[in-house]
Amino acid sequence: MSSDRPQGYSLASVAVPAKSHDVAEPVVACPLPVKIAARNINFYYGKFHAIKGVSLEISQNRVTAFIGPSGCGKSTLLRVFNRMYDLYPGQRVEGEVILDGENILTLKSIGPLRARIGMVFQKPTPFPMSIYENIAFGVRLYEKLPRSEMDDRVEHTLNKAGLWNEVKDKLSQSGLGLSGGQQQRLCIARALAVSPEVLLLDEPCSALDPISTAKIEELLFELKENWTVVIVTHNMQQAARSSDFTAFLLEGQLIEYQPTRKLFTTPSDPRTEAYITGRFG
Amino acid sequence: MMMSVYVRRRSVDVTSKILMGAATLVGVFFLFWILWTTLRFGLAGMHWDLFIKDTPPPGTNAFGLRNAFVGSLILLAVSLLIGIPVGLMGGTWLAEYGFRGPTANAVRFINDIMLSAPSIEIGLFVYAIMVAPMGHFSALSGSVALAILMIPIIVRTTDEMLSLVGSDMREAAIALGAPAWVVITKVTWKAARAGILTGILIGLARITGETAPLLFTVLNNQFFSGNLFHAMANVPVVIFQFALSPYANWQQMAWAAAFITILFVLALSLIARWFLGKVQVPK
Repeated sequence: MSSDRPQGYSLASVAVPAKSHDVAEPVVACPLPVKIAARNINFYYGKFHAIKGVSLEISQNRVTAFIGPSGCGKSTLLRVFNRMYDLYPGQRVEGEVILDGENILTLKSIGPLRARIGMVFQKPTPFPMSIYENIAFGVRLYEKLPRSEMDDRVEHTLNKAGLWNEVKDKLSQSGLGLSGGQQQRLCIARALAVSPEVLLLDEPCSALDPISTAKIEELLFELKENWTVVIVTHNMQQAARSSDFTAFLLEGQLIEYQPTRKLFTTPSDPRTEAYITGRFG
Repeated sequence: MMMSVYVRRRSVDVTSKILMGAATLVGVFFLFWILWTTLRFGLAGMHWDLFIKDTPPPGTNAFGLRNAFVGSLILLAVSLLIGIPVGLMGGTWLAEYGFRGPTANAVRFINDIMLSAPSIEIGLFVYAIMVAPMGHFSALSGSVALAILMIPIIVRTTDEMLSLVGSDMREAAIALGAPAWVVITKVTWKAARAGILTGILIGLARITGETAPLLFTVLNNQFFSGNLFHAMANVPVVIFQFALSPYANWQQMAWAAAFITILFVLALSLIARWFLGKVQVPK
């Protein structure tokens, strides 16, 4: 592992192939295409002002991490990107989220948007059906595939999520019978099956053991070849290990947004430094 | 000083254990007494003719309850046909759309009142809205009365079981772009399936022995009838009439019918327990 990084991140050598950081390196020099641009986002839970004028751009085919202490608004910001807040009457948002040139906050029909932006949650949430059906569920919402093509799709996405070899002999068994880490990879596969462009992960490893976490982090590196990934994590090592860019949020404000390596080695804001060195949060 | 505290605690402990044991014994004793009496008289009245012949006229020594058994099964089936969709949809609305809002909580409050509504009043109500306008008793009105008794139970259990399904699972389905009706029918109903079925079985067990609402609605029929628009023989009213009659064979038949009813309810409870054991409470 690279020697210039603080010792606290030594776990990176376990979970992450070194090349991942080589990929992140040239980013500063040549800007990547922007997948999502959030402009002046303000978010309210009733009267509570949870996100205060946040603007940031998410690069295509990169992993972007949101970090910050509990209640800083990182999950809230993530849930703006697929308009999850629409479910709850007391929640509202101001500003613009531009996905490929289109403001998604003014879209009338949200179903197609959610097909383009997949989401994985903190707790693994396999549906109460077989492993196969868990994957097929999402596909059937958008496509009517003959059985053989559906079989291929299930195998393909389970492969992408690194789960195929573990479940190929028990596709008809309940998804609830899998271990926590397998369940979470099943949920990732389920999200990938509808062919999204962006994958949102809301603390996907916080309920998992270290080995399952390492598997999911490895997966992130493979996923970014095809997908734009945004991950919320309260685990700074995880952000340091597995993301290309990191945004640090505090009390609803974006404090600092940098290439991950820069943010964790030479943060420009004293609050970022205080947080990543463990002085609060 | 310390010792006296321990002595007092131990004596309170022992006394309360004895009292609780005694209370349990009293309850179990009466339960078994009821079961034993029903079993004894019921077995004495058992006869093959109960299942293949219809209720006999007074003054004969014949046995027969076929029309009552068939009538009761028809009544229960029609009540389920009415009660399941209404109860299921009501409970689903509360859990999936009403949440903890003021309207939903008002509905829950009224539903809880309906849960303990005296069944005889439900019978009177259905008499007023159906039997009186139609001009005669009917099996359909009986099923409506039974369904009204069953619906609050189904609403309550459906609401509670769906509320146990975490919002995570709902959000996961919605995040895939699934419309609300797909989320409900394919995901949350499935997740709460065992609990909802338990509620339906408990509701069915509850109405199986209901007699009061049937007196005003289906009445009874000495003959075999499958006509929903006429009076129909049914087990509870037959028990009521035969047990009060002066004829020995009628009284025996009443016991036999009561025994079979208890077996039926017992079976329903066992199946319900089995289903309840399969309820997966999300962690």
